[in-house]
Amino acid sequence: MSTPNHKAYWKTNLRYLAILLSIWFIVSYLFGIVFVGELNTIRIGGFKLGFWFAQQGSIYVFVILIFVYIRLMNKLDKKHNLDK
Amino acid sequence: MDLQTWTWVLVGITFALYIGIAIWSRAGSTKEFYVAGGGVSPLANGLATAADWMSAASFISMAGIISFSGYDGSVYLMGWTGGYVLLALLLAPYLRKFGKFTVPDFIGDRYYSNVARTVAVFCALLVSFTYVAGQMRGVGLVFSRFLEVDINTGVIIGMIIVLFYAVLGGMKGITYTQVAQYCVLIFAFMVPAIFISIQMTGNPIPQLGFGGTDETGMYLLDKLDGLHRDLGFAEYTSGSKSTLDVFFITAALMVGTAGLPHVIVRFFTVKKVADARVSAGWALLFIAILYTTAPAIAVFSRTNMIETVHNVEYDQLPEWFGNWETTGLIAFEDKNGDGKVQYVGDESLNELTVDRDIMVLANPEIAKLPNWVIALVAAGGLAAALSTAAGLLLVISASVSHDLIKKMMKPDISEKGELVAARLSAVAAVCVAGYFGINPPDFVAATVALAFGLAAASFFPAIVLGIFSKRMNKEGAIAGMVVGILSMLFYMLKFKFDWFGGGTKEDWWFGISPEGFGTVAMISNFVVSMVISKFTPAPPKEVQEIVENIRIPSGAGEATH
Repeated sequence: MSTPNHKAYWKTNLRYLAILLSIWFIVSYLFGIVFVGELNTIRIGGFKLGFWFAQQGSIYVFVILIFVYIRLMNKLDKKHNLDK
Repeated sequence: MDLQTWTWVLVGITFALYIGIAIWSRAGSTKEFYVAGGGVSPLANGLATAADWMSAASFISMAGIISFSGYDGSVYLMGWTGGYVLLALLLAPYLRKFGKFTVPDFIGDRYYSNVARTVAVFCALLVSFTYVAGQMRGVGLVFSRFLEVDINTGVIIGMIIVLFYAVLGGMKGITYTQVAQYCVLIFAFMVPAIFISIQMTGNPIPQLGFGGTDETGMYLLDKLDGLHRDLGFAEYTSGSKSTLDVFFITAALMVGTAGLPHVIVRFFTVKKVADARVSAGWALLFIAILYTTAPAIAVFSRTNMIETVHNVEYDQLPEWFGNWETTGLIAFEDKNGDGKVQYVGDESLNELTVDRDIMVLANPEIAKLPNWVIALVAAGGLAAALSTAAGLLLVISASVSHDLIKKMMKPDISEKGELVAARLSAVAAVCVAGYFGINPPDFVAATVALAFGLAAASFFPAIVLGIFSKRMNKEGAIAGMVVGILSMLFYMLKFKFDWFGGGTKEDWWFGISPEGFGTVAMISNFVVSMVISKFTPAPPKEVQEIVENIRIPSGAGEATH
C-alpha cells in the first residue's frame, strides 16, 4: 500500500532522475553530437573539445553520474527509513 | 620464448583457471543456476557485468572500427557506456526489488499475461542467439592467428570450455569466471596500450597520450587529420556520418544496451536494491577503463599503420604484414604496378584492404612489442569472447527451462527436473552457437545491429513503462512490443537484406540508417503502448500493488520463482 512516506520518496527519486538524466543528455547528445562542430573550435591541448566529449568526456561524466545517484539514493533511503 | 609458446602458456594458464573456478563453484539449485544464489557482492557483480558486457566486439573490433571511422566511431563509445546510466537509474534497482530470475519473468508477471511472456522469450532468444554467434567466431579468429590451429578447431575448443563452466556452474560458475576474465582482459588491453602510448607520445596514460605530441612536437590528432587529408580520407576528428544519424545510432545503442537481457539479469544476482545500484556503478567504471582507452589505441594504430605501410615497397614491408596476409585479413593489390603500397581514400586507386578486426590484435606487432605482450592480447581476446558467450548462453537456457518449460508448459516440474532442463538447454545452446561459429551466416554483422535495435524496441519501453506507469496494462505493452519489433524487423530486412523492394542509402527514412532505426522503433513502442492503454481497462489491483512495491527499496527478498 502506498503511504505518504512512500509518495514523498518516489517524488524525490523522480526529481533526482530528471536532473541526472538531463546532464546525461547534455554531455553526450548536445556536447558530443549536436554542438560538436561549435565546440571543436575550442581546443584543450591536442584535443578539439567536441571530439573530446564524444570520445572521452561523456564517458567520465556517465561514471560520475551513477556514483552521485548511488550517494543521493542511499541518503534518501535512510531519510525515509527504507534502507532495511 | 617464441610467440607460439608464450601464447600456449598464457592461454593454457587462463583456461585452467576458468575450469578450476567452475569446479569450485558448481550450482546445486535452480536459484544458484539462474542468479548465483542471489548473494554476489556488488564489486564482484560489477566486475562480472563488465566482462559479461565487453564482448569480442569490444575487445577485438571496437578500437579497429574507431580507427577506420574516426569521430563516427563515437557512437559506439557513447552508445555502449551511456546505456549504463539508464540501466542504473531506470531499471536495475526496480528489477532487483521485483526479485525474479529472468527478464521474461518480469514482463509476464507485470503484464499478467502469457502472451507478453512469450513475446519476451522470443525477443530474448533472438537477441542472444544473434549475439553469441559472433562471440564463437571471435574465439576461432584468435585461435587461428595465434595458435595456428584451424578456425573451426578453435571454435570447438572454445565451445568445450564454455560448455564446461556454463553447464556445471550456471550463473554461479559464470559470475566467478567472469571476474577472472575481466582481470585477464583488462590487463591484456591496457599493457600494449600503455607501451604504445609511451612509444609514441612519452605519456604512460593512453587517455592523455592521444591528445599529446609526437617526437617532433606536433599534436598526434593534428598529424592524423593531416595524413587523412593528404590521402583523401574524411578528416579523422570530424567523420562523415550525418548529425541526425549519429544521434539516432547513439540512442539506439544506449537504449539497446539497457534492454539486453544478459546484462539486466546480472542485477538479479545481488542481495539488495542498494547493491544493484552500486554494482551498476562499478560495472560502468570497469567498462570505462577499456572504453576510454580504445579511442587512444585507435589513433595510435591508425597513425602507425599509415606511416608503416603507405608508399613502402612491398618487399620492404615488416614481418607482421606477411603474418596477417596469410589469414586473408589484410590484402595488397598492386594496381599501378609500381611495387609500392598506395593506401588512399579513392577506391579506384587504393591498393590495400585491411580488415578492421585485426587492428587490436596486430597493434602490438606493428609497434614491435615483446612476444609475451602479443600472447597476452590473444588470452584477453579469448577472455572477452568466452565471458560474453557464457552470459548469453545462460539467458538462452533460462528462457527455455524457466520461462518456457517451468512457467508455461510444465508448471509442476520438480526443482531437480528444472535444473536438469536448464543444463540440457545450455548444452543445446552451446551446440547451436558453435554451429553458427563454424558456419557463420554472412549476415552476422548486420544482425548485431538488429540485436540492439530489437532490445531497444521491445524490452526497454516495456520495462520502463512497467515501473514508471502504474496505469500501463497488458494490451498497451503487448501492442507496443509487437509494433516495436515488427517495425525494426521491417526496416532491417528492407535495407539490409533487400526485402520489400529493398533500397539504398538515399531511400532511408529521414536519412536514418538501419542501425539508428532502433530509436524510431523504440519511440513507436512508447507511443503505441500509451495510446492503447488509454482505451483499454486498467491493470488489476494486485498488479498495481506490485508496481508500488517495486518502487520502494526496502524488503527486497531473495530472488524466488
